[in-house]
Amino acid sequence: MDFVHQLVQQLINGVSLGSIYALIALGYTMIYGIIKLINFAHGDVYMVGAYIGFAAVTIGHLPIWPALLISMAITAVLGMLVERIAYKPLRHAPRISLLITAIGVSFFLEYTSMYFVTPTPRTFPEVMPNISFNLGGFIINGQQLLILSITIILMAVLTYIVQKTKLGKAMRAASFDTETAQLMGVDSDKVISMTFCIGSALAAAAGVLVGVYYNTIDPLMGIMPGLKAFVAAVLGGIGILPGAVVGGIVLGVVEALVAGFLSSTFRDAAAFAILILVLLIKPSGLFGKNTNEKV
Amino acid sequence: MFFAKKKFKLASMIACGILASALFTGCGGGEQASSGGGEKKAAAGDEIVIGANFELTGNHAQYGANANNGLKLAIKEVNDAGGVNGKKIKIVEADAKSEAAESVNAATKLISDDKVIALVGPAVTANVIAESQVATDNMIPVIGPAATNPDVTVENGQVKPYIFRACFIDPQQSEVMAQFAAKDLMAKTAVLYLDSSSDYSKSLGKIFKEKFEADGGKVVMEEAFLAKDQDFKAALTKIQTANADVIFVPAYYEEVGKIVKQARELGITSAILGTDGWDDSKVIDIAGKDALNNTYFCTHYFEGDEEVQGFINAYKGEYKTDPNVFAALGYDAGKMLINAIERGGEDSKKIRDSIETIKDLQVGTGKITMDAATHNPIKGIVVIETKDGVRSLRTKIAPEG
Repeated sequence: MDFVHQLVQQLINGVSLGSIYALIALGYTMIYGIIKLINFAHGDVYMVGAYIGFAAVTIGHLPIWPALLISMAITAVLGMLVERIAYKPLRHAPRISLLITAIGVSFFLEYTSMYFVTPTPRTFPEVMPNISFNLGGFIINGQQLLILSITIILMAVLTYIVQKTKLGKAMRAASFDTETAQLMGVDSDKVISMTFCIGSALAAAAGVLVGVYYNTIDPLMGIMPGLKAFVAAVLGGIGILPGAVVGGIVLGVVEALVAGFLSSTFRDAAAFAILILVLLIKPSGLFGKNTNEKV
Repeated sequence: MFFAKKKFKLASMIACGILASALFTGCGGGEQASSGGGEKKAAAGDEIVIGANFELTGNHAQYGANANNGLKLAIKEVNDAGGVNGKKIKIVEADAKSEAAESVNAATKLISDDKVIALVGPAVTANVIAESQVATDNMIPVIGPAATNPDVTVENGQVKPYIFRACFIDPQQSEVMAQFAAKDLMAKTAVLYLDSSSDYSKSLGKIFKEKFEADGGKVVMEEAFLAKDQDFKAALTKIQTANADVIFVPAYYEEVGKIVKQARELGITSAILGTDGWDDSKVIDIAGKDALNNTYFCTHYFEGDEEVQGFINAYKGEYKTDPNVFAALGYDAGKMLINAIERGGEDSKKIRDSIETIKDLQVGTGKITMDAATHNPIKGIVVIETKDGVRSLRTKIAPEG
């Protein structure tokens, strides 16, 4: 295999890996965009979504698409519950308390799940045909194409919701200034609740699709993808939806190239080096505008 | 969208801290809690209390929990049959949380609070090594069911008096697989693909390389991944360019299943070899039947063997699922300890002596004899081939000595 061939295959690998990061990063970035909370539990909501999808497929004997929708619906409710119970009482607390609570919620979800489903990984039955295309020697996986398309569609839908609908307008207003928005008649609590609802549904979609693609789910499956999605969101400019997608794909490509041409040992180091560099050089991310600091 | 920069920076810094800690878990060095060797045992009453220190949570929970199940089955069987020397055995569980320091805490708690007379576990090498100091100080014998690293029972060339294991050691595995690659598969070149977060994987890789090159082969590339990785295609694309005869992946089944699946998707047809970490039927579910053709691994027992049927059926009856290798070794460790208590009574020191003299004991995976000089059981090793989703015995290497 010559160099060019390998390079192209690595780019394909990178984009497919990146589309998974992007899919998870969408929910991350959306929640951050509205309530400025880095929701560390997002990766674990993703895990719960994967398990609900798994249960729907194995116990409920449903085909994959209804299972996906059910998982999104139940996980959306879970997300709203988490917000109501864990985050809402801290609405006026310093942001750091929220962040620490998010970490707590993350552990809570991981180990409560582990208690109920046991730490043994589960494998999805074959619910989706797994076709690989061989285009002139380049291998492209059909499920990966599907994940990439779903990511882009969801990004478009979300952008539409946030930019064009009344709910979106309320979200942006609440994001800008919760109290003033409330004075103008926006029900901030409801808006934030809706944000969590949508964000968690997105995480569930990602969880089910990734579970089907990689074929295993376990209670700690959300940790690393959650962190990588966080890096992707920061890279693209946290709070910006298209940024999350671009950030995710850039991250995936960088990882693939580092693993393919330098050393696979440096792969994760490269991913987190990106995070540090972005924070040092352009904390607002690729798509972010530099804003003046409010004092 | 808009955010206040200052707060974001603070949050980001914390986030970085969390990321860093996430990166380094797994290689955390065990802080050895030194506790003065005082009381040794207080096994009063009508129960014999033993400790089960396993990884019940954290990254290795699936191994720890299975080994724990195996141990519990062995103890339940003996209790149902009337106990040992007229007494029932009681297991006190503690969670090693998949971390060396937590393993020490759990062992310390079991020894000083629960007054256990012997310990079984944890499942993973690093966690057994971590607890060995506190167990030795308190003169409490330990059986590590699945800790295959040589350093578990040996320190500075000296065997640790109180530490035993129920399995073969890594050099044997690597030796068998290197020889298998060179002699049976006629391989000339090999690639190592190691889990760089695991001492187990790294030490197996190192020894494989020595043996394979001593047999005239050549290791042409070494790549690494991390436990819990999902996507291996980048490194596998690189491995493909090496075009080696065999790929050696000494790792655990969850990652192995995905590696084999993705390797075959990319069109890699070379033989893929592994070690006892592969030994779980889930590999077949994860990788798929076709992908596993032309793969071989060595392990402790072959599930089709006559003498292991008793254990497999008992396990299925108790847990409604097939045992994996950790469960089998946990069961073996339990059997060894029961035998030692039968012969040594309830004194920790005497139990230690009795473990050392175990001879031709029938355990779940076969007959074992303890080598008093190394504290490793003398046990056979099998090489398993998977074809169309069915496992068959390829070679069986009888115990030495």
